[in-house]
Amino acid sequence: MSTGHAGVDTRGDSSAGARAYAHQFDSAEHQHGTAQLGMWVFIAQEILFFGGLFLAYTVYRFMYPEAFAQASRHLDIVLGGFNTVVLIGSSLTMAIAVHGAQLGKRWMQVIFLLLTIFLGCVFLGVKAIEYGHKFHEHLVPGPNFRFDGDAGHAQIFFSLYFVMTGLHALHMVIGIAILGVLVWQAARGAYGRAYYSPVELTGLYWHFVDIIWIFLFPLLYLIGRH
Amino acid sequence: MSVEAHSSDHIAPIKLYLAVFAALMALTATTIWVAFIDLGELNALAAVAIAVVKATLVILFFMHVKYSSKLTWLVVASGFLFLTILLALTMADVVSRGWLGTPGG
Amino acid sequence: MTSTNYINADYGIWSWLLTKDHKRIAILYLVSITLMFILGGFFALLIRLELLTPAGDLLAADTYNKMFTMHGIVMVFFFLIPSIPAVLGNFLVPMMIGARDLAFPRLNLASWYIYMAGAAFTLYAIFTGGVDTGWTFYTPYSTAAANTKVIPAALGIFITGFSSILTGLNFIVTIHRMRAPGLTWFRLPLFIWAHYATSIIFILGTPVIAITILLVAVERGFNFGIFDPKLGGDPVLFQHLFWFYSHPAVYIMVLPSMGVVSELITCFSRKTVFGYGFVAVSSMAIAVLGFLVWGHHLFVSGQSVYASMIFSVLSFLVAIPSAVKVFNWTATLYRGSIEFAAPLIYALGFIGLFTIGGLTGVFLATLGFDVHVHDTYFVVAHFHYIMVGGAMMGYLGGLHYWWPKISGRMYPEWPARIGAAIIFIGFNLTFFPQFLAGYLGMPRRYHMYPPEFQVLNVMSTAGATVLGIGYLLPLTYLLWSLRYGKAAPANPWRATGLEWQTPSPPPTDNFATTPFVTEEAYDYSSVPEAELV
Repeated sequence: MSTGHAGVDTRGDSSAGARAYAHQFDSAEHQHGTAQLGMWVFIAQEILFFGGLFLAYTVYRFMYPEAFAQASRHLDIVLGGFNTVVLIGSSLTMAIAVHGAQLGKRWMQVIFLLLTIFLGCVFLGVKAIEYGHKFHEHLVPGPNFRFDGDAGHAQIFFSLYFVMTGLHALHMVIGIAILGVLVWQAARGAYGRAYYSPVELTGLYWHFVDIIWIFLFPLLYLIGRH
Repeated sequence: MSVEAHSSDHIAPIKLYLAVFAALMALTATTIWVAFIDLGELNALAAVAIAVVKATLVILFFMHVKYSSKLTWLVVASGFLFLTILLALTMADVVSRGWLGTPGG
Repeated sequence: MTSTNYINADYGIWSWLLTKDHKRIAILYLVSITLMFILGGFFALLIRLELLTPAGDLLAADTYNKMFTMHGIVMVFFFLIPSIPAVLGNFLVPMMIGARDLAFPRLNLASWYIYMAGAAFTLYAIFTGGVDTGWTFYTPYSTAAANTKVIPAALGIFITGFSSILTGLNFIVTIHRMRAPGLTWFRLPLFIWAHYATSIIFILGTPVIAITILLVAVERGFNFGIFDPKLGGDPVLFQHLFWFYSHPAVYIMVLPSMGVVSELITCFSRKTVFGYGFVAVSSMAIAVLGFLVWGHHLFVSGQSVYASMIFSVLSFLVAIPSAVKVFNWTATLYRGSIEFAAPLIYALGFIGLFTIGGLTGVFLATLGFDVHVHDTYFVVAHFHYIMVGGAMMGYLGGLHYWWPKISGRMYPEWPARIGAAIIFIGFNLTFFPQFLAGYLGMPRRYHMYPPEFQVLNVMSTAGATVLGIGYLLPLTYLLWSLRYGKAAPANPWRATGLEWQTPSPPPTDNFATTPFVTEEAYDYSSVPEAELV
């Protein structure tokens, strides 16, 4: 573990504007590594945030395996599978955008950030279509819920389905908004070899959201298919 | 490739990203394929195992953890460790609740 | 006092509301949580007045339910949890490690605004009818039966949770990345170790309560069935999720307090802490073990007895690092040249009260005994010994100790000593009778009780009055000292630690030059005698 300061007192040269890092840091390198650690700690808390939902899922699937299998068969495996491909694809474009930033290639960043936004929007669009189907089929929990079979337990499944995918989608909306700012900044040439922390950290966030979906897809769509 | 400012960051080649993406696609296909085979109890295990492998690929390569400091490993690991604690100790209750056969036991 | 410091560096309301200086943000928190403490104290006053007589004559049952609920919510989520970390931690973590600020100053300011937003929701719930679910929000009552303002109160707690998470994130990153050269991990003040351990709980525990309380709001608001027993939902699952955070939350309250006490004991006995490494590591052990014990809140909730046995054994383990601390503090005091300054009186009070609270915790972790006293005043007394006797004593002790640094003024010593003594006496008079009442079978959360418990309840209410007066004292003389107190020197206690090597109050950047640390913590031989006041 590194000791924070490099041992050099930078306050001597208080040529304020020239400094490319905030006053509490010793160097741009120091600031960059600190920001990275901050994002990782944030992701650690995200794991536990979604973890509560995964616990609820595990408990109820253990209690009501049949109802969960029945309910899961009402999800559209084609749309879910398509969205999985789209989202993993967006992780690839995001990784390439970061790569572009690291090498200081401005247009590579912009193009791949835009691609990432596009794929994210496709995912959300497909998700919206799926939600629409569920409304028509009366599979949204609440007084209008209709289900042939174990309706009570199936309703728990759909409650979890909507909360888990809903929070996942909310994370994507936030991610897309941040990506939008990044595109604008990147086009202005704000990021290059010397400074690309925002692109990299947004990438970490985006990949994490992808990982959540990597678990949600088999757990929600692929039960009781055989 | 030399980069002046962030010498600590590893820059992975695009080829690697493409390879990881291909692996993730293959694993997605596998998980769908496996779901349609009747393995009994093992279906759930297979689904989770494949998802763990996919997540690990994303973490190691897309998120550069393979090239990151021990501290990053520690932060990621503690997130998953405490999630495991939450799952394991709660399931210890849920699984054994019926064992005594008494109401509320 | 004419030199520029963080207080007089800038003027006007916006210089405070838009500040990124960790010291100013600490002051924002200090004011906010003090107001919340007064509100929570008001609810406590009404509870104690109602319980003066066995009949339910002051408050109707419904109103009483709201009073203990709002007392709990305000005190736990809006006072105790932010108390030491957000005020003293915010002020001192960067100073103690020789940094110019926290790693993310803007995030730090954001977390105060998030706290205020959460407080706004909760205050809205309180002033538009209140909540009556108990601070624990147990389902299905909270989701299906209660007809009070559950959703705004729940959202308030959800939002405030993120304030804690961001504070914890800032501390972890700052302690890893911002230490002055030479300040290795095992040279860190124990206050820092305690805050690092607390931050781990913030990061890994708080998100779970956030999602849980959000599920309650969703179930109530959208008729989603998640914990609803009518659909086959499991209310015990809610309790697992709730206590996975809320048990470690007790350590969020008491660990920072332990960090403060470590600083106070060593300074006022003028000896290095006995077994520094053990005290440091025991903070980490408490943080981690604290995550393995939550099931002891579910012994009578229909949790499997096998799980209960596991949780019971794991709960006993937390006693070990806690005892390590108490023994090491005692050994530190042994043959020290002790000065009974007000902060030390608080610290000694902490040790005594925490020991009682901790040991009764071991009782409660014992399956058979817990079944006997579950949901009685024994439990109420136990957790108040930890949360008020422990956390609150540490907070006040720390506030006095660092008051010269924070305000640049000395507090008046004798009123402070008397205040500390009154608080200690008042606290014990309030809560010790509750152990007895609970052991004899008086259940918690009722507004009336059988007449045979009246003597104990009158004692308790009398004690609460003394305690209330005790709390008014510091509030009064600390405000007084802002104008009339003696100007504080840089190091009034001849303490070690980097925060004392800079003027009181410190300049905005904390240090004129980044300190270079060459020695272990608490080496009193290096403190020059000349600084004696």
